[in-house]
Amino acid sequence: MSAVDFTLLIAAALLALGPTAIFIRRLSWAATFIYASAIVMCGLFALIGLAGLAGYGIGSSQVLPLGLPWIGANFHFDALTAFFMVILGIGGGAISLYAVGYGRHEHAPMRVLPFYPAFLGAMAMVLLAADAFTFLLSWEVMSLLSWALVLTHHQEEDTRKAAYVYLLMAGFGTMSLLLAFGLLAGPDGAYGFAAMRGVTRTPVMAAVILVLMLLGAGSKAGLAPLHVWLPLAHPAAPSHVSALMSGVMTKIALYGFIRVVFDLLGPSAWWASPAVILLGAVTAVLGILLAMMERDLKRALAYSTIENIGVIFAALGLTMAFRANGMTAAAALAFTAALFHIFNHMAFKSLLFMGAGSVLNATGLRDLDGLGGLIHRMPVTSFLVLVGAMAISALPPLNGFASEWLLFQAVLLSPQIPQAGLQLMIPAAGGLLALAAALAAAAFVRIYGVGFLGRARSDAARCAVEVDRFSLAAMGLLAALCVLVGVLPGIVIDAISPVVEAILAGRLPDQGQDAWFTIIPIAEARSSYNGLLVMVFVALSASLAAWAVHRYASRQLRRAPAWDCGFPNADPITQYSSGGFAQPLRRVLGVNLLGARETVVMPLPGDRSPARLTVEVGDPVWGRIYAPIAATVSTVSTKMNRLQFLTIRRYLSLVFLLLIFLLLGLMIWI
Amino acid sequence: MDRIAFDIAHLLAGGLLLVSFMMIYQDRMFSLLRVFAFHAVVLSLSVAWQAYNQNAPHLYITAAIALIFKAIIIPGALRRIVLQLDIHREVENVVGIGVTMLAGIGLSALSIVLMLRVTNTADAFAREDMAFALSVVLLGLLMMVTRRNAVSQIVGFMSLENGMILAAAGAKGMPLVVEISVAFSVLVAFIVIGVFLFRIRERFDSVDVNVMDRHRGDQR
Repeated sequence: MSAVDFTLLIAAALLALGPTAIFIRRLSWAATFIYASAIVMCGLFALIGLAGLAGYGIGSSQVLPLGLPWIGANFHFDALTAFFMVILGIGGGAISLYAVGYGRHEHAPMRVLPFYPAFLGAMAMVLLAADAFTFLLSWEVMSLLSWALVLTHHQEEDTRKAAYVYLLMAGFGTMSLLLAFGLLAGPDGAYGFAAMRGVTRTPVMAAVILVLMLLGAGSKAGLAPLHVWLPLAHPAAPSHVSALMSGVMTKIALYGFIRVVFDLLGPSAWWASPAVILLGAVTAVLGILLAMMERDLKRALAYSTIENIGVIFAALGLTMAFRANGMTAAAALAFTAALFHIFNHMAFKSLLFMGAGSVLNATGLRDLDGLGGLIHRMPVTSFLVLVGAMAISALPPLNGFASEWLLFQAVLLSPQIPQAGLQLMIPAAGGLLALAAALAAAAFVRIYGVGFLGRARSDAARCAVEVDRFSLAAMGLLAALCVLVGVLPGIVIDAISPVVEAILAGRLPDQGQDAWFTIIPIAEARSSYNGLLVMVFVALSASLAAWAVHRYASRQLRRAPAWDCGFPNADPITQYSSGGFAQPLRRVLGVNLLGARETVVMPLPGDRSPARLTVEVGDPVWGRIYAPIAATVSTVSTKMNRLQFLTIRRYLSLVFLLLIFLLLGLMIWI
Repeated sequence: MDRIAFDIAHLLAGGLLLVSFMMIYQDRMFSLLRVFAFHAVVLSLSVAWQAYNQNAPHLYITAAIALIFKAIIIPGALRRIVLQLDIHREVENVVGIGVTMLAGIGLSALSIVLMLRVTNTADAFAREDMAFALSVVLLGLLMMVTRRNAVSQIVGFMSLENGMILAAAGAKGMPLVVEISVAFSVLVAFIVIGVFLFRIRERFDSVDVNVMDRHRGDQR
């Protein structure tokens, strides 16, 4: 049995597990059975993917007599699919393990159970599809199932709104993909991926397809300004679904973009790449700034997903720029950085969403200003979230640093590009990315500091208890992965290299032979990074510091009132709030970029009402892009509404005049 | 022979267009129905001539259907309807005859210029037929738009359909099944509209579509 058959079988089993959940709903072990099966099948996905990256089963394909006539449903398993299978397998497996514990707390588990395994299966189908119809069908099934999952808590008004916005954006995205595939297929109707690769296209046509893919896959992944659904929908879903959507589904969207733009479309003209780089960099800054301002823990994480998607898109844009100039080694570096970051983001964003879910479970709160002090009540969760937060802030020796370091190595190669415009633009975009990376660290210091450190701001946080062992095991698994990959990045780079080789016909130098797991992307004289060394250094210096503190400090534990300097009986509310922590950045960057406004209402002398500080900050994209579109649609439909009340003869006249108009147009055109 | 065949086809198709113009300026119900019957006769002649020229016996059936249904049965039935509804004295043009005629001339010019330009690779028979057929279709639509009475709107619709049959007969290779199904659909449409006319009449005491509009619930 070839790899593609085996994977298809598992995907079909996952899809079939959905309806099965309905039949076994009365059994007490239904949820455990569904999630446990999902773990097993995701584990198999990961194994198949890893085997594929090692070279087994690559290039196998299968045609089923479904789908479009004469074409059938084509499935293919290549290195790119194998890589994303690993993402889906590890991410889906860990999240399913988490769900075994987390799912018990769900009020209405049957709103999740039928859709959850089918959603995993649909994502696998997207990865396997090798013709336009199968791809779009799987994509749409994936969208609709995730929509159903977003609607789990449908009693809440916000959830319904989020699901509606998500459905609209998903519909728009699929429409763009449909047009993109129509153009890809060309006039001869080459709907199979293999046939699409053979079609020759003009640069303009390729650029149009690229724009459509940016709209279609970009709206799914969360590329600005199409990201608006993401911070609404991801937090609205139950936390394991949020983790799956943010950690895995956005990667499937990126897979769609990579498959079409890098594999099917082939090398594009150099002038197509700046748009992608710039969009990615702007998305990164916008996303992380909004994450910085957000009070809701899960929504802040969703905004941070947008940032990471922006970073990945910028890396993909760099790959396009290098590839258009035939700089294969540089392109391979940027592409490796993109794929590496995709893997890393799967690991730490899933981990962080699981952590947010654990906090939600333990306290019932998502509002950062109600949390605090969780490190005392939930020490293990807090530690694992800390690992995730450090990883996403790109602190060495964790995995986030390795991939972002590779990306900046690629940015530093930009002077070798012959086009002056790109030479100027890429460092500027690199500056934006560096800003985003720094802001990400600030944002996660804020989330961790306000949420987990300090003292509890509410009774719920004061009484929080540690979550169950399944959840901790799942988070521990991903945290270990973050550390392991960060310490040994060379192994991951070598594992990715078959994918890079298949797409770009070039790869990074083999990292396996460098001593002590050093990674050297270009040449040793230029740059190298050793995660293990940093790890050892951090461990040694921290141990030394700890030893010194314990050796020379008093052994007696003293507990003294905090903040007692002239401020007795301090309430926990006097701690930094999430808004207070964000204030400096809000004043510096938020006023111009996000249109943030602060208003202070001071009571008149003698008036005993409290003074009020109100902060208004939100996504500027809503006001600047979506509100005018919505207003226009509303105005036009109100005007068009009159057409509903015409007389029969007027309707006929309209049809008649339109016909005449079209005929006249035809006459002039020919 | 070929030359004469072409001329006769041209004559018959042109005749159909001419009869369409005659329909436009009829402002009495009975005369309109008579002209409509004549329209169908000319159509069936034209189709029969195409059948003879193309050596396509099934077109004779089309011609016979046109003759029997459209020249005899439908005008007869419409005449009964008009008598029963007692609307044979009504004059019901929305726009004046002169303006309508001018619009009709413009439409014919448009369709002929357009069709001759679009179909310059097709053979001469089909081209002429297509050009005239489009004019007849447009004139039928014009009649539906400029009339107030439901019965004359039906007549406009039927003449529009005649134009389509003319086009279909001109294009070689149209299967018989399609023609028969078209003929049947027209018949069914006629029956349905006829039934509706009586229902409307029972309800509103008129078949003037403006009166119906006034009765619509959502009228503003």
